[in-house]
Amino acid sequence: MTSGTVTVLAAASLTDVIDVLAERFEDANADVDVVASYGGSSALAEQIVSGAPVDVFFSANEATMQSVVDAGLAADPEVLVTNTLQIAVPAGNPAGITGLADFARPELTIALCDTAVPCGAAAQSLLDLAGVQAQPDTLEEDVRAALTKVSLGEADAALVYVTDVVAAGSAVEGIDVPEAQQVINNYPVALLAEAPNPDAGQAFIDYLRSDEARQVFEHAGFAAP
Amino acid sequence: MTFELTVSARIPRPAFDVVVELKADPGSVLAVVGPNGAGKSSAIAAIAGFTESHGTIRLGDKDLAGLPADQRRIGVMFQDLLLFPHLTVRENVAFSAKVRGGRWSAARRSADPWLSRFGMADLAERYPSALSGGQAQRVALARALASEPKALLLDEPLAALDVEFRDEVRADLGLRLRQFAGPTILVTHDREDVEVLADEVIVLEAGRITQRGSLADLARNPATAWIARFTGAQGRRDADDVRYG
Amino acid sequence: MQASRPRERRQPVILALGVIGLALLVLPLLGLILRAPWGQLGELFVRQEVLQALGLSLLTATLSTGLSLILGIPLAVLLSHSVHWKVLPRRLLRAAITIPLVLPPVVGGIALLLLLGRRGILGQWLTQVGITIPFTTGAVVLAQTFVAMPFLVFAVEGALRSADRRSELAAASLGASPWQIFRLVTVPLTAPGIAAGAVLCFARALGEFGATITFAGSFPGVTRTLPIASYLAMNSDPDTAIALALVLLAVSLGVLLALRDRWLPGTA
Repeated sequence: MTSGTVTVLAAASLTDVIDVLAERFEDANADVDVVASYGGSSALAEQIVSGAPVDVFFSANEATMQSVVDAGLAADPEVLVTNTLQIAVPAGNPAGITGLADFARPELTIALCDTAVPCGAAAQSLLDLAGVQAQPDTLEEDVRAALTKVSLGEADAALVYVTDVVAAGSAVEGIDVPEAQQVINNYPVALLAEAPNPDAGQAFIDYLRSDEARQVFEHAGFAAP
Repeated sequence: MTFELTVSARIPRPAFDVVVELKADPGSVLAVVGPNGAGKSSAIAAIAGFTESHGTIRLGDKDLAGLPADQRRIGVMFQDLLLFPHLTVRENVAFSAKVRGGRWSAARRSADPWLSRFGMADLAERYPSALSGGQAQRVALARALASEPKALLLDEPLAALDVEFRDEVRADLGLRLRQFAGPTILVTHDREDVEVLADEVIVLEAGRITQRGSLADLARNPATAWIARFTGAQGRRDADDVRYG
Repeated sequence: MQASRPRERRQPVILALGVIGLALLVLPLLGLILRAPWGQLGELFVRQEVLQALGLSLLTATLSTGLSLILGIPLAVLLSHSVHWKVLPRRLLRAAITIPLVLPPVVGGIALLLLLGRRGILGQWLTQVGITIPFTTGAVVLAQTFVAMPFLVFAVEGALRSADRRSELAAASLGASPWQIFRLVTVPLTAPGIAAGAVLCFARALGEFGATITFAGSFPGVTRTLPIASYLAMNSDPDTAIALALVLLAVSLGVLLALRDRWLPGTA
């Protein structure tokens, strides 16, 4: 029997999907209330390590999850979904971007995430793989900030996740990068050791594994591991 | 250069019009007296160009009515003097030379003759906050005269002084005004000021001139009850002295 | 000789609440100081990214304070004259100057992009003549000015209101033109307020984050100021982030303490 409140901390890129899934889970379990909070994975991990009463942590990055495991606050995280990078360009692709090679053109305005945040680290690996010396004009603090520059037309291109391009709707177009399949970002989830409501937390994680949840993830651009 | 004007200005609160028509000859002092709230200071502000007014203001053959305050060349001394607190005595006196153009260094030197004529050479580097009332009064007059005005407006120039110094400063002011060649308009509520400083008086009551002439004319033939009280003040004060002295 | 004055009557409730208020302001900073990696601080401070961000922050905050002085003092004069206006335009002016104070800075950054960005209302014309503002140091200065100038305007306006404006009439009677009155009388008379406003403005510009990262982006040496560098470092290297925050804190404190005694009203 599951009841009470499930507190979930999830990476910002999961905002839209978790909102949908939490609502469906609540519909199916009338006694459960899911409270989800979103942010950069590192900041969320910091909150957990500082003692925030949380049941489920859903990270955008395995290293961040590992820091929580190392602190003895989670065991056996499981990678539920993956995300890959895509080139985002403003609607209509005014600069005529065709691939990663364009990121080396100094006359274009290029936005990347800073390597300190996961999307930036992934973008750097991808550019290295493709052998491109990128000429960025800004190194953004998170993926949504980079995307905003593209959707407002201020940047000609950015490297962001497929899911972000899907979420941005018609203001942004995505261009696939072949090498992106080699730089896959894993999203691990874990029940926390000091969860106030472990039963309901586990039930929510089980629901995230279901076929129904899988469809919601895929619709948003996430892939199965 | 005769000062000849007809001005009307609106006083906002309580709302009424002040209408002043007067003529002041070169080298003479015309006193404007009247009860509180009669519009004396408003008339001064209108003549100086600080507030909007209607009418003509002729100084010699020049009509000043349409000019902004800074182009009227009328020196003003305010009741509370309004020395610039951030400038020294020397710089206060030199201010008009400074705004006529040039550097502070040249303007400061041009203040020297005024400082020595007013006996303030040793006060030159003080700030106004370090002056006595009488000293500040002299600086304000020197500052106004140093701007080489064609006419002078003095708004209650002695009112801020302690009574014990007032006679001395008044005598000094009288001497200096006699050396000024242009017309002077003096607003005051003190009969003593009129007696010592003025050649002629006009009385302003509720925005209108009720009488004009010499102080003796007014005393002989007061047109209103207020004028009778004002010109008889000397007698009453003597009576008070007897009673309380 | 010993000076004495009547002892103030203690107000325990006011004292207690005041102390709690102070604690709320100071204790978080104490936390920052206690958690600082003091052992490595010397080494962190000389790292290139720290020095670069510090230099850029000092440069841009100085420039935006200068721009705020040039534009903000006349705006404060206008605002102080607005007491004679009709009610609606007067309130609109005050509201327009207040908005950047209450707007989330990120929204301010978006607004600046929509005006001055490549596709912005003015920006598209600027782009045609070869001027692109976003992602430049100039954009940082504009974003900081947008957010910080209201502090200066309100400080100067307060000083103008308490100064005796009739000194300006005295200056006019001595032949000073409106511009000379402004320069020789109004500005010096309100100098303490201007100095106080400039300090607040500088401190706010130094801490500016949201409008800057949105409008100007974040690139080392060009647009990455101390607060942005500190926030970014929080993701990967909290020790560096704390070191950067300490630099920010030290610079702000230094500026506030150095200028306070010399300039601000109410201090000797």
